[in-house]
Amino acid sequence: MSNNTPVLEFKSSTFFAPILILFNNDMIAIEESLQEKINLAPEFFKDSPLIIDLRELNKHQQDFDFAQIAQIVRKVGFFPVGIRGGNEQQNMQARALSIPVDPGRDQANSATQGEPQKQDIAQQPTAQPEPTVANEAAQAVAASPPAAATTLINQPIRSGQRIYATGDLIILSQVSAGAEIMAEGNIHVYNTLRGRALAGVHGNTAARIFCFDLQAELISIAGDYKTSEDLNKQTYDGPVQIYLQDHALIIKKIA
Amino acid sequence: MARIIVVTSGKGGVGKTTTSAAIAMGLAKAGYKTAVIDFDVGLRNLDLILGCERRVVYDFINVINGEASLSQALIRDKNCNLLYILPASQTRDKDALTFEGVGKVLDELSKEFQYIVCDSPAGIEKGANLALYFADDAFVVTNPEISSVRDSDRMLGILSSKSRRAERNEEPIKEYLLLTRYDAQRVKSGEMLGLDDVQEILSLELLGIIPESRSVLSASNAGVPVILDEKSEAGQAYSDVVARYLGEKRPHRFIDGKQSFLKRLFGGRS
Ligand SMILES: Nc1ncnc2c1ncn2[C@@H]1O[C@H](COP(=O)(O)OP(=O)(O)O)[C@@H](O)[C@H]1O
Ligand SMILES: [Mg+2]
Repeated sequence: MSNNTPVLEFKSSTFFAPILILFNNDMIAIEESLQEKINLAPEFFKDSPLIIDLRELNKHQQDFDFAQIAQIVRKVGFFPVGIRGGNEQQNMQARALSIPVDPGRDQANSATQGEPQKQDIAQQPTAQPEPTVANEAAQAVAASPPAAATTLINQPIRSGQRIYATGDLIILSQVSAGAEIMAEGNIHVYNTLRGRALAGVHGNTAARIFCFDLQAELISIAGDYKTSEDLNKQTYDGPVQIYLQDHALIIKKIA
Repeated sequence: MARIIVVTSGKGGVGKTTTSAAIAMGLAKAGYKTAVIDFDVGLRNLDLILGCERRVVYDFINVINGEASLSQALIRDKNCNLLYILPASQTRDKDALTFEGVGKVLDELSKEFQYIVCDSPAGIEKGANLALYFADDAFVVTNPEISSVRDSDRMLGILSSKSRRAERNEEPIKEYLLLTRYDAQRVKSGEMLGLDDVQEILSLELLGIIPESRSVLSASNAGVPVILDEKSEAGQAYSDVVARYLGEKRPHRFIDGKQSFLKRLFGGRS
């Protein structure tokens, strides 16, 4: 054929995939806790690609069979698309399963995890009146990578749509019932929140949710959640903030 | 270049086909060369509502498959010579509708027509997604009941994320609300949602309220779009819709007096 229209093209792009960080080699506990997280946001995780991070695990030299964890995440509905922080044997197992190995250029991160940086603590939105929360914030900062950029959205989030932000998430429009917004950091909704909002999804217990009009189906911070059944018991006229205190979600009016 | 309008809803039976026929006729009557396409493969009824079912020889899928040319398949309307209908296939497999095929047909129609109205099937499956994919404007047809409002909201999400405009990062599809089968009596008695309830959830620009009206059924039995029935309220409401879409300012009617909350509406919730 003598036509010269190209058959293909490479484009550089980024691709979103959640990272699963394992702390412990108890397969049963892992599966249970994975399933729990998925139940919180089944639509979001369904058929999601997943990167498995073994750094923490290997730091504590725990024995670990990578093939088995790959099987578990597949079973609960993920598609493992990468491994990082694995040792030689785990990397080999991954390659045998056609799962790419990330060379892990940010390995250095783990070295700086001991001391929280003052500056980071100052940036946390937690106020002084709740010293316990501030304390937790410090720990959360210590454990998390450098703060990701804020995601700003100004169109409505409709039923069936989901948004995931690696940092803070700011939404200027309404979030409909049946929509799902998730952030590793804080969530701000400057309008009516009717859908599901999950902040601190990677375990940041200092994350907060702020919204103008709370009519949510579900709110969650770092895995602790309330459903609309709990929320409907009280109406909040006007803006509220939601934060975590001793594993309880506190909803407070912003005067 | 034609402007492509999709008439969509998510839910079935809300009045998409009735609306497609009415506004396509309205645009043609206003002097614009207009094509209306039935995307509901296997459940075609646009041709019935337009009263041309006995003149269908070739259909949309024949054109996509190259078995007929567009000019062979397009049916000129008996009441208005600026209106053309591209009927759906009653017998073919839905899979015959492809993105490339639909895109090609729309491109070709765009050269000759000023407006193309796409009558979407119900659901959020491929047929509905295809009908909206190429759209510039969306008429979201909603009945004043919670399930219909929910489905419309879902459709709006798809409109803003799975259209060609969204994929190309172009200006988003312009979305309009059409509240149809509106029964002021049942709204008053609380059996149905009111306009403000619907807008609370959808917050869209309102193109019009089409009252529940028996004239719709008689019009479809007669094979004449209800917009041509100037005596019927539904017909008048559709005329208003077309006029507003074309930029004319007309006050909303058929809501039953209560004008106060319209102000709120025009003030616009974000
Ligand atoms: N404004 C209205 N008043 C009364 N009946 C209506 C009205 N709009 C639609 N209908 C009826 O509702 C039914 C479904 O309408 P149709 O346009 O076919 O909906 P869809 O295309 O969304 O499935 C038809 O029987 C139609 O005659
Ligand atoms: Mg129809």
